[in-house]
Amino acid sequence: MISGAEIMVKCLEAEGVSVVFGYPGAAICPFYDELLNSQIRHILVRQEQNSAHAASGYARASGKPGVCVATSGPGATNLITGIATAYMDSIPIIAITGQVRSDLLGRDVFQEADITGACEPFVKHSYLVNKTSDLPRVFKEAFHIASTGRPGPVLIDIPIDIQQKKIEEFVYPEKVDIIGYKPNTKCHPGQVKKAIELITSSSRPVIVAGGGVLSSGVKLKLVKFAEQTGIPVISTMMGIGVMPSDHELYLGMLGTYGKAAANRSLHQADLVIVCGARLGDRAVAAPDQMSENSKIIHIDIDPAEIGKNVKTTVPIVGDMKNIIDSLIEGTQDYHVSKLWSETLKGWKKELFRKPPVFEGYVEPRAFVGKLSSMLKSKAILVADVGQNQIWCANNFKIREGRFLTTGGMGTMGYSVPAAIGAKLARPTRDVVVVCGDGSFQMSLNELGTIAQNHINVKIIIMRNVRLGMVRELQDNLYGGRYSATFLDETLDFLKIAEAYGIDSAQANSNEEAEAIAEKMIKTDKPFILVCNVSPDTPSI
Amino acid sequence: MKYTLSILVENHAGVLSKISGLFSRRAFNIDSLAVGVTNDPNVSRITVVADGDEYVVEQLEKQLNKLIPVIKVKRHTNGDFISRELTLIKVHCPAAKRFEIMKIAELMQAKIVDVSTSTITVEFCNTTEVTKTLVDLLKPYGIRELVSTGTIALEKGASDVTK
Ligand SMILES: Cc1ncc(C[n+]2csc(CCOP(=O)(O)OP(=O)(O)O)c2C)c(N)n1
Repeated sequence: MISGAEIMVKCLEAEGVSVVFGYPGAAICPFYDELLNSQIRHILVRQEQNSAHAASGYARASGKPGVCVATSGPGATNLITGIATAYMDSIPIIAITGQVRSDLLGRDVFQEADITGACEPFVKHSYLVNKTSDLPRVFKEAFHIASTGRPGPVLIDIPIDIQQKKIEEFVYPEKVDIIGYKPNTKCHPGQVKKAIELITSSSRPVIVAGGGVLSSGVKLKLVKFAEQTGIPVISTMMGIGVMPSDHELYLGMLGTYGKAAANRSLHQADLVIVCGARLGDRAVAAPDQMSENSKIIHIDIDPAEIGKNVKTTVPIVGDMKNIIDSLIEGTQDYHVSKLWSETLKGWKKELFRKPPVFEGYVEPRAFVGKLSSMLKSKAILVADVGQNQIWCANNFKIREGRFLTTGGMGTMGYSVPAAIGAKLARPTRDVVVVCGDGSFQMSLNELGTIAQNHINVKIIIMRNVRLGMVRELQDNLYGGRYSATFLDETLDFLKIAEAYGIDSAQANSNEEAEAIAEKMIKTDKPFILVCNVSPDTPSI
Repeated sequence: MKYTLSILVENHAGVLSKISGLFSRRAFNIDSLAVGVTNDPNVSRITVVADGDEYVVEQLEKQLNKLIPVIKVKRHTNGDFISRELTLIKVHCPAAKRFEIMKIAELMQAKIVDVSTSTITVEFCNTTEVTKTLVDLLKPYGIRELVSTGTIALEKGASDVTK
């Protein structure tokens, strides 16, 4: 005989899960008890929201779904922001929650929360399991759904009696068959042909690459396609890292906070090839204008994204990996005009502005740029939300590494827990967090997790004693009336670090910051570098 | 513009809430929704009448298709399907008016299903448009209560929802 809890653990093992992030409570205790018999490592986070962010960081760095676990009621509701963030960013995570006894469901008993109901808008799919014997199928389906098609979170809510009940045997299904879920990944050949015709007859094309290119794992092929044709590449925030930042064809991130050259090229182009991006309002503020001037090829695995934000000339539903070879093949004899290449090069130079220096402070943009060259080529940079995110997006020079941030949801507090997940997925890589002093304080409790588990992540706090991005907004749109955007100047981050037994230092100039960073990178322990930044430093 | 959609879904608990949640979340305006099990007990069929332009309905179809328990979504085009809704109408009806109202019911091929000293209840099964005509005819007598099932639809001829 085998219990539901044991089955849960066996399912995770069958899926090759080696680490889960979570927080226990009564309703999930049977599972936690079984976990002791398994090789699966459990990382105790300090708040459930962060278990979901950590699972997300793990998923993005490893390419496999991340797993987070919480108890019923408050544990489950604490997960919601993390799940919603993974949903908006299309990240595959499996969230497992304990639930009250199935015969008590709906009676508002202690720590009951309708978590499948509450998460409905934020999950790709969810299950409330009502039979122990359903568990293997549910887990198999959940991993399949989370990681195929457009990736996303799947929630499995399991009442405690279902975890306790014993059944005859455990058989993990080999295949899944969900009649309502057959994602089309193929890319229709007729459409692909049309796309190639459009490309080869265009004179000013650009590629807009989004997170879909990264989750499809085709960034090197995309670079090849761009190099062969000379088509410039701009990326969305989620797409940063599709190309090395220094590549001559890379024009940077587009959008409100993006690079001028990227935005300008988008508006001057006669053909925009959108790859794995949904072109949300942050990326393209006025999509109608864009489609007026140019033809658009939109390649996306999610049919619902095509035609949602921009009008498309050639829609292609499918996975980038099933089209990129045909694109390379079909455009062998094509190259963009010399004029277009030269124009773009000109813009790139012309629009480069050197950041102003504020005495007695670290200039964050210059420092982030410098930092990139100090780290190993495959470093993972995790940026939080706010000005710090924009500084990183526009100035961190990616080579072979990754840039992780929440572009879709923009959830403050994402970076520290996501970095924990990323480091566990990629222990040999440099994993560095850049956050604001506001966002850091949203998840500084995770220093406990970092210290307890000796997780070697480096945290750089850009301390401007402001909720910088909102303050900037108040400068620009509210006549400089600062409402609730000042933080506490007296707070000593070094003492916080010390309390957790984590080494730290602070810098008041780029020289200092670089010297500390140099040392910090060499240690194999976590480290906190506090950079004092002028509150007047703009986002771009 | 009004659209009629047929949606085949897995017949599980919670599926209807996923579908209705989607409508409100994405601000789709729906006029009616009817659910019932099909000849396959594992599959339910939902008929939705929605209001919107081409963009809205296309988004509606695509978003519905993304829900895992949704097996098939079909948009019906004018003239290729039969639609019906069932309505019960309780009309204020003193004895003096009884004959008149019965005449209207007869004219419209509605059934009288209940009578009391002051009311008469009419059962009607037809399209939304014809039902509206009946309701308009009965309105002057005073409608006490009206309940309707929402539209259900089926393809004409040999074609079916899966095609
Ligand atoms: C959870 C959450 N709450 C509020 C916001 C709104 N918000 C966006 S940026 C920002 C300020 C961030 O301040 P800080 O982390 O100090 O970074 P800075 O902008 O100063 O670099 C705020 C409050 C958000 N994105 N996420």
